[in-house]
Amino acid sequence: MFKLKYFELIRTLAVIFIAMLLSMLCITLISKQPMETMRVFLLEPFSSMSHFGNVIEVAIPLMFTGISVSLLFKMKMFNLGAEGIFFFSGLVAAAVGIQNGLNAFVHPLAAIAAGGVVGAVISVIPGVLKAKWNANELVTSLMFNSILLGVGLYILNYFLRDASAYTTSSYKIQQTAVLARIIPGTRVHIGLIVVLVFIALAHVFLYKTRWGYELRMTGANREFAEYSGIKTGRVIVYVHLLAGFVAGVGGSVEVLGMHPRFDWVALPGYGFDGALVAMLAKNNPAAVVGSAFFLSYIRIGAEMMSRYSDVPAEMIAVIQSVILLLVSADQFLKFWKNRMLLKEAQKNG
Amino acid sequence: MTEILLEMRNITKVYPNGVVANRDVNFALAEGEIHAVAGENGAGKSTLMKILFGMEEPGTGEIYLRGSKVRFGSPQDAIGAGIGMVHQHFMLVPSFTVAENMILGMEPRKGVAVDYAEAARITREYAEKYNLHVDPLQKVENLTVGMKQKVEILKALVRGAKILILDEPTAVLTPQETAELFEELKLLKQDGHTIVFISHKLKEVKAICDRITIMRAGRTEGVFPIGEVSEQDITRLMVGRDVVLKYEKDPGPFGKPVLRVRDLSLAGPQSKLLLHGIQLSVREGEILGVAGVEGNGQSQLVEAVMGRFPEAAGAIEIDGADISGLDIESIRGRGVAYIPEDRMRQGSAGEASILDNVISTRYKRKEWNAGPLLNRKKMWKLTESMIEAFKVKTSGPAQQIGMLSGGNMQKVVVARESFSEPRLLISEQPTRGVDVGAAQLIHRKLLELRKEGCAILLVSADLNEILELSDSLVVMYEGEIVAYFDKPSELSEQELGLYMLGMKRQDAEQIGRANHV
Repeated sequence: MFKLKYFELIRTLAVIFIAMLLSMLCITLISKQPMETMRVFLLEPFSSMSHFGNVIEVAIPLMFTGISVSLLFKMKMFNLGAEGIFFFSGLVAAAVGIQNGLNAFVHPLAAIAAGGVVGAVISVIPGVLKAKWNANELVTSLMFNSILLGVGLYILNYFLRDASAYTTSSYKIQQTAVLARIIPGTRVHIGLIVVLVFIALAHVFLYKTRWGYELRMTGANREFAEYSGIKTGRVIVYVHLLAGFVAGVGGSVEVLGMHPRFDWVALPGYGFDGALVAMLAKNNPAAVVGSAFFLSYIRIGAEMMSRYSDVPAEMIAVIQSVILLLVSADQFLKFWKNRMLLKEAQKNG
Repeated sequence: MTEILLEMRNITKVYPNGVVANRDVNFALAEGEIHAVAGENGAGKSTLMKILFGMEEPGTGEIYLRGSKVRFGSPQDAIGAGIGMVHQHFMLVPSFTVAENMILGMEPRKGVAVDYAEAARITREYAEKYNLHVDPLQKVENLTVGMKQKVEILKALVRGAKILILDEPTAVLTPQETAELFEELKLLKQDGHTIVFISHKLKEVKAICDRITIMRAGRTEGVFPIGEVSEQDITRLMVGRDVVLKYEKDPGPFGKPVLRVRDLSLAGPQSKLLLHGIQLSVREGEILGVAGVEGNGQSQLVEAVMGRFPEAAGAIEIDGADISGLDIESIRGRGVAYIPEDRMRQGSAGEASILDNVISTRYKRKEWNAGPLLNRKKMWKLTESMIEAFKVKTSGPAQQIGMLSGGNMQKVVVARESFSEPRLLISEQPTRGVDVGAAQLIHRKLLELRKEGCAILLVSADLNEILELSDSLVVMYEGEIVAYFDKPSELSEQELGLYMLGMKRQDAEQIGRANHV
């Protein structure tokens, strides 16, 4: 049973290995100095505190959206609304952040809470539509992403825009609202601790509380959950609330921690990345940490690569696609599992 | 013995969920015989046949047809080699006519259009040839189950099948229809066809088959000419011990009615009545059986009691209180437990652990929670005691329920529902597809509950089960109760069959006795 138990883990590692191998191949074909480029790609993220700090900074939003999406995927809801919510809640947090007159403790809390609540409220709409009328959550959530971008840009341009700034961006966020840095020599902010607390809470919620139990059962077999007396419609609604809240807090933390002004003029992509993180983590909150860090690591590696070598950072898109493809490909390595099962059976027979 | 037509050697098949369905199975067919494959559900019969028909690939092992090795990657390959299969659940398009179903995938053409006249002609020709009388122009949805089966058999024959696999063909038939089927099979045999007859009804096997292969727990237990083994021998080989499904139970007295159904009617699509004026009651300590050919309203009755049809007319009372408009949670809250007919769909969540599966009806209650957290330790203990009480074969409470065999899975479902000391237990096909050992254990548990004063509504297609366990019995036909018996043990299966087929019905006064006052 030992091997079978770890099959999923081994499979994920195999996927990562193949993707890395492929990236090595790309580098060899493109680069004039492949060995040096590979070194930059793999090792540069660890070469200095500030580079490693970059890895952590990027991992924070990925963890937030990773948990948010994991909750929904765990319930077999293919909802990609984290993208728009992350953007819009960031804007809401910035709107609170540029106001004057709150102290350095209350100000970020208020901004994050506002972002989180707005995220939850937005997220619950596709949830209710799904629970009441069985509207496809993928369609509604993707449409909401477009709506949120449009509305967000309107608010940014007409209410928050600083005319004296050279780019399209909001007024400067007040110093009282900016999140404190916690590791000297990096831009790693207190959001890291917040997200780790969220992950711990998500784990406890999912595996130790009755609401988490309802979520897992609804995801595992909705009909069974119904017949057991679980009100699955209600479960769908509150999971959407939670997922939206987490994504909203994520967007707020990202803006307050990393951006002096709100300057997103397109969807930042963290929501879709969250789907990749969740899939790599098999929708398990604890594993979200590892998968977010891995994704962040190869991204920073790619960025370093484009900075110090002749291979562009866009190569990373190829790797990500390969990972996504293989992770979601159910049949990948199935033959191997079947063979293990057969062996197991013969041994026990 | 004539020559060997087809042989399967050392077949092993493991499903992705870890279930070993076949283990080194050998199977051989002689030309022109009717060969029974007997074994309890889960013994691996269906898997073996699916491999033969190209629906599943074997893990190891080979198939030889007339001495040469063949590989069936899909049912197309098997059909090409002259093998046809009639599935337990029919593979027909209900809105098509018989002739249209017959030619599906091999349509005769007239120019670019399908030649329906030719299709009807082919159907008539084959129907005539094999004495399987069907009307080519009838829509399949309007046919009886027995007729649908004929269409399925014809479909295989039209495709040139010389070897016919019938997967539990009699499971859905009344005794009269079964007799008719046997006549048809004998004709086919005379015509040179070879038939594989999968069944666990030994009387039928004895009546019609030439040889029998017996399977148990994924292995072959032996192959015998039918004359050389008695029903007892077969049972012993199938189960590994002698079984008689007979139970001692003391009769009544029954307490006051727990469940009372009054004038329950339910309209289905096209305003056809799925339930019509159902009247019945189940008293404390009583098992009320509901017999009937599947699809005559039994599942609608159960779902109505469980609150799934708020639009149904009439009244359903539990302990004298009307439950219409209540949801499942509140109905369960009144002491109703429910064993659903399909353990995979409604009865369990396959990917979840046994523990997660047994707490689904009780996790909300205070005693299973410590503040905001679930009391996992206590739940673990509960699960362990259920595993012990029901002798579930498992590595422990954390094992995925989907990895268990059908019988063990059903034991878990019954354990979950019976451990809560219910007032009323709705038990729908409680032993369908489980081995005799598990069936006996489940029957004993039902009788234990009955003794403790639980009222049990038992819906079952297994006549032996329903006649043996029930204290009283109603028969349903086309959404109505057509008969009520207060001494089911004195009833014969033949007699019951007549009521199930709708050929006999009692008068209103007799049926009205189902509503005890």
